[in-house]
Amino acid sequence: MLHLDHLTLTQDGFSVTADWSLAAGARLALLGPSGAGKSTLLMGLAGFITPSAGRVLWQGKDLATLSPAQRPVSILFQDQNLFAHLTLAQNLGLAVHPRLALSTADRARVEAVLKRLGLAGYGPRKPASLSGGQLGRAALGRVLLQARPILLLDEPFAALGPALKADLLGLVSELAAENGTTVVLVTHDPSDARRFADVVGMVHDGVADAPVATQAIFADPPPALRAYLG
Amino acid sequence: MANRSLQISAWALSGGIAVLVLGTALALAVQAKGVGLHPADWAALRFTLTQAALSTLLSCLLAVPVARALARCTFRGRRALILLMGAPFLLPVIVAVLGLLSLYGRNGLLNQTLQALGLPTVTIYGLHGVVLAHVFFNLPLATRMLLNGWHAIPAERFRLAQTLGLPSPFRHIEAPMLAAVLPGIALSIFLVCLTSFVVALTLGGGPAATTLELAIYQALRFDFDPGHAALLAGVQFAICAVAVSLAARFTLAEGLGLGLDRAPVGQKAHWVDAPVLALAALFLILPLVAVVADGAPAVLQLPALVWQAALRSAVMALVAAGLSVTAALILVQAKVAGAAWVEGAAMLPLATSGLVLGTGLFVLTRAFVRPESLALPVTVLVNALMALPFVFRVLLPQARDLHRTYDQLAQTLGLCGGARLRWLTLPRLARPLGLGAGLAAALSMGDLGVVALFAGQDQATLPLVVQRLSGAYRMDQAAAAALVLVLCSFALFALCDIGGRRAAP
Repeated sequence: MLHLDHLTLTQDGFSVTADWSLAAGARLALLGPSGAGKSTLLMGLAGFITPSAGRVLWQGKDLATLSPAQRPVSILFQDQNLFAHLTLAQNLGLAVHPRLALSTADRARVEAVLKRLGLAGYGPRKPASLSGGQLGRAALGRVLLQARPILLLDEPFAALGPALKADLLGLVSELAAENGTTVVLVTHDPSDARRFADVVGMVHDGVADAPVATQAIFADPPPALRAYLG
Repeated sequence: MANRSLQISAWALSGGIAVLVLGTALALAVQAKGVGLHPADWAALRFTLTQAALSTLLSCLLAVPVARALARCTFRGRRALILLMGAPFLLPVIVAVLGLLSLYGRNGLLNQTLQALGLPTVTIYGLHGVVLAHVFFNLPLATRMLLNGWHAIPAERFRLAQTLGLPSPFRHIEAPMLAAVLPGIALSIFLVCLTSFVVALTLGGGPAATTLELAIYQALRFDFDPGHAALLAGVQFAICAVAVSLAARFTLAEGLGLGLDRAPVGQKAHWVDAPVLALAALFLILPLVAVVADGAPAVLQLPALVWQAALRSAVMALVAAGLSVTAALILVQAKVAGAAWVEGAAMLPLATSGLVLGTGLFVLTRAFVRPESLALPVTVLVNALMALPFVFRVLLPQARDLHRTYDQLAQTLGLCGGARLRWLTLPRLARPLGLGAGLAAALSMGDLGVVALFAGQDQATLPLVVQRLSGAYRMDQAAAAALVLVLCSFALFALCDIGGRRAAP
């Protein structure tokens, strides 16, 4: 279980608070207008911002002392998920071993993940030679190889257009279900939330509300969601 | 900060720089004999300030029409001319002085022409010669920095001025830009001219044209009076420190960057532009041509001593460049990771000069070791230190970019320490690292400052050999050695710069 215990995160004079928990294996969409604090919350979970109050706990353990790389968390950023100067195989290899000292078995794992994502044979290519969809899948390959129990997605695939984005979110659902991954997705698009999440948490005016079942929240929107949907 | 060892190295390095720069200043203050300056010292102080002010004024005034012409003209060779404007920064001062002497010296082209016409000849020695040399170095630097200012004006603004029917865009568009950028450029050039040593050594001299730097050298080298040298070095440090604190908000390296060869902004050329550009180009090219023409005939007859000095200088330059780039890389990474104070440490060497540092180190170490035995290591260290502010400035923009783009990704992957250096920092920064190393190597290769204080007969660097040969009036050999020197400087720069480009992804 992911527990945000009286958590306050502050960045550049702006604060967001949260006090709720999320069951392991759940898929949460954080929904709200830009500037509401969604990304700040995600950066706090990933370990880039130290809480100014409260704690983040995973399976009862406080994550405060863990660096981003030590946390049980992997993250897909809005962009820049791959190093442009390294090949796909090297990029994915870094997720297996940060010194890139790969054994034959490690290489085989990278190749298997590329194949699973429909990128077999793309290992020697650099990101610049890939299409947007291929880049999205390669980035997913990175988080798959990191194999962390929690996956954070910060408005991922937003630049790709609706159909491709839906495809990739479908792939994320599939992979998360296979591995029992807990997923937190930040989005400003209600249809992402509907399609992807079992629970939705509204973030508004520096407060992240406790998650509510997706169907229930859209059937009877609370005032914040109603205002957001317009 | 993400990386603890980086933070510790940055602290240690900054501490080392502060100890070197401020420690030598302190040692000088303690050693200084008396507090009163001789009349000759006052004259040196006055001359230092006068020549720096005049050189600054002329460089800036002349740079305005040149930069303006470059900003609004398109012509074949425009890129080459802008590239040429970068050359004097890499040109060893002693070489440029020989080139200027060949044109404007006693038997130079100018005086030969005047004689042929039956006119009185002119002498280059004295204030006007020093100013001429400084304008030769700083006019192109000022032009490049000003060109940045012109490029920063959006083309729409010139079109707006045309739409409004303004007679000239100068008053409302260009004058405000000049008012904003010229003070910084002027302070930068003033600072460079304050610490001028080689120009004063070769074109100045005598009671009427001695700079503080030259007076330090004479006190130490000829009068064997460390107390007096320390006093002068203290005065020099004080005025540099004042100038650099005034200039702190401006950057010296703006004119060194890439990307100046963009197309001109939305303005029409004026008839005056062509002669302005032609004169500026001649002013810069002729001394270079003279160096080649004078030097080429005797290159193959140069004694082995010159080639040994060339090799010694090249090795020292590469070591200094390596030290400078390593230090700059550590400091710049600490800076982009949030340690803002680091920039102060990287800029600190601007507050001192090679001779001040050298004199300070001499005062500090003379009780323990013979100065000759430290000449070469101290020269390497001082050169690395003096290049640091420039290398730091060259690295900063791209290091900042790298941090913004990839720091979070690197952190989530646990990419740190040596692995981060190898897989992320070095490949992504290869270009500015190459450029910075090239600048440091060329500056170091051509430097004739601290080594002149210490070096014995058998440990001369190439610039020192050139200076000794010309001092002994063996002008053919001096010119040939100068040609070797300038080729070495440019070759080292090109080697590092191209290496960086090749290594870049």
